[in-house]
Amino acid sequence: MTNQISTQIVDLRSNPVRELNQALHSLSGGGSSKHWRVLHPLGAHAVAAGLDADVTVEIDGDVGYYCAGMNQRAIVIVNGSAGPGVGENMMSGRIYVRGDASSAAGATARGGTLVIDGNASARCGISMKGIDIVVKGSIGPMSAFMAQEGTLTVFGDAGEALGDSIYEAKLFVRGKVKSLGADCIEKPMEDQHFRELFEKLKEAGVAHEIDVTDFRRYGSARNLYHFHVDNAGAY
Amino acid sequence: MCGIVGIFLKDPALEPELGKLLAAMLVTMTDRGPDSAGFAVYGSGTPDIVKLTLRVPQSFNLKDFQKALSKAVGVNIEATQRATHVVLAVPADKVQAVQAQLATLAPEAQLSSAGSFIELYKEVGLPADVSQRFDLAHMSGTHAIGHTRMATESAVTTAGAHPFSTGRDQCLVHNGSLSNHNQVRRRLIREGITFDTDNDTEVAAGYLTWRLGQGDDLGNALEASLKELDGFYTFVVGTESGFGVLRDPIGCKHAVMAETDQYVAFGTEFRALTVLPGIENARIFEPNPATVYFWDRAA
Repeated sequence: MTNQISTQIVDLRSNPVRELNQALHSLSGGGSSKHWRVLHPLGAHAVAAGLDADVTVEIDGDVGYYCAGMNQRAIVIVNGSAGPGVGENMMSGRIYVRGDASSAAGATARGGTLVIDGNASARCGISMKGIDIVVKGSIGPMSAFMAQEGTLTVFGDAGEALGDSIYEAKLFVRGKVKSLGADCIEKPMEDQHFRELFEKLKEAGVAHEIDVTDFRRYGSARNLYHFHVDNAGAY
Repeated sequence: MCGIVGIFLKDPALEPELGKLLAAMLVTMTDRGPDSAGFAVYGSGTPDIVKLTLRVPQSFNLKDFQKALSKAVGVNIEATQRATHVVLAVPADKVQAVQAQLATLAPEAQLSSAGSFIELYKEVGLPADVSQRFDLAHMSGTHAIGHTRMATESAVTTAGAHPFSTGRDQCLVHNGSLSNHNQVRRRLIREGITFDTDNDTEVAAGYLTWRLGQGDDLGNALEASLKELDGFYTFVVGTESGFGVLRDPIGCKHAVMAETDQYVAFGTEFRALTVLPGIENARIFEPNPATVYFWDRAA
């Protein structure tokens, strides 16, 4: 009987988000419930933000801003859509969004995996610093702006100015790219990149859903790293 | 900050509920704009009657004003008061005559909007209080736009609250801030546009009025504003037959929309849409930056 999973259920129609988050934060020292279910989020902000525990939080419905922001270790599943900044500054753990994500999904995040089943809008992965993002739909304009490290994989299309001022993050896009931002270029897909992409998709649990040879790779031309007067217009 | 809500009904069965839906949406945006709130409701009307919405002081004597006005223009003018706002129903050919009389008969009154369908109410205070004061929940109509304000560019006053009327049956609400509004205002003043406030949004409204006066349709006027207005903005514009949405070229300010067989709705945040019927099965999407969207009732 010791392996029985007990699920803690919190209904946000009757409990404030602050109470939920406080209870989840207190799990950092170890808690009894490893599985939490959150009902009726109705677009509330900062649901399950700031977690640092080996716990799974399943949210039934649509969430507002900064869901699962700063996440460490936890698995957060949104059975709905997410507002701006889902997984912002995540350090580790996993976030699954079953619907769409709004702007700045995975912004500045240093680690972990963010999987979005639907589309992500503008600035997906802006300033990402090590996170792996997989978007099964398309992403909006200005995505991966100043992206520094990690991977952004898109099954669909990318909007305008993809990877503007990008550093060393790797972008894999299967569909069309509307335009590339300053200093972002297409690079050849070689064996190592197919392997790397496959590994990332495997980690995200979607490895056999799609053929890695369909993807194209984009990254930094490394021309804007250091100031050069000839590039003044591009900074 | 600031919050915008809007709803355009496709299903006439929902028309009696319009005010109730908008009021519920408006309250969800209180965190984004607790200073003031306002809304424009497009209700029943005919082209030969123009509704003038006036803002009047608490002490306003409606009966005396109505009597004097009717006498002065030679026809009976119907007037309905809701708290600090009065709606006059004026035969189209008497609008100029009525407006000319306002300066003498009600010098303290300010014109909020004019049009055959629009009524425009706005006031300082929490959104819930403002919508209750005007009994928004019992208003009906085809479409409506609401705004909750957190002031950044000018004072917290009723005149500075949104929506701003941009012309007959037109209004504008704005989330964001314009950085070149003083310069554009000076230019528009030279073109003969008048302004009541130092507010940046009024400049955007004035800009649209000016373009429309130059012969643009609303779509073209909004396209032109992309070049002229600098700053962060999401605009929602109401017209007699629908509403339009425009976000700045980098989509700085949030916007989310929902569409079902019954309605198209706009919210600054998804929370605003959660109060709508059938939202679970609605198509939810974000309008693209620098793209003019329009939802119009077929003429």
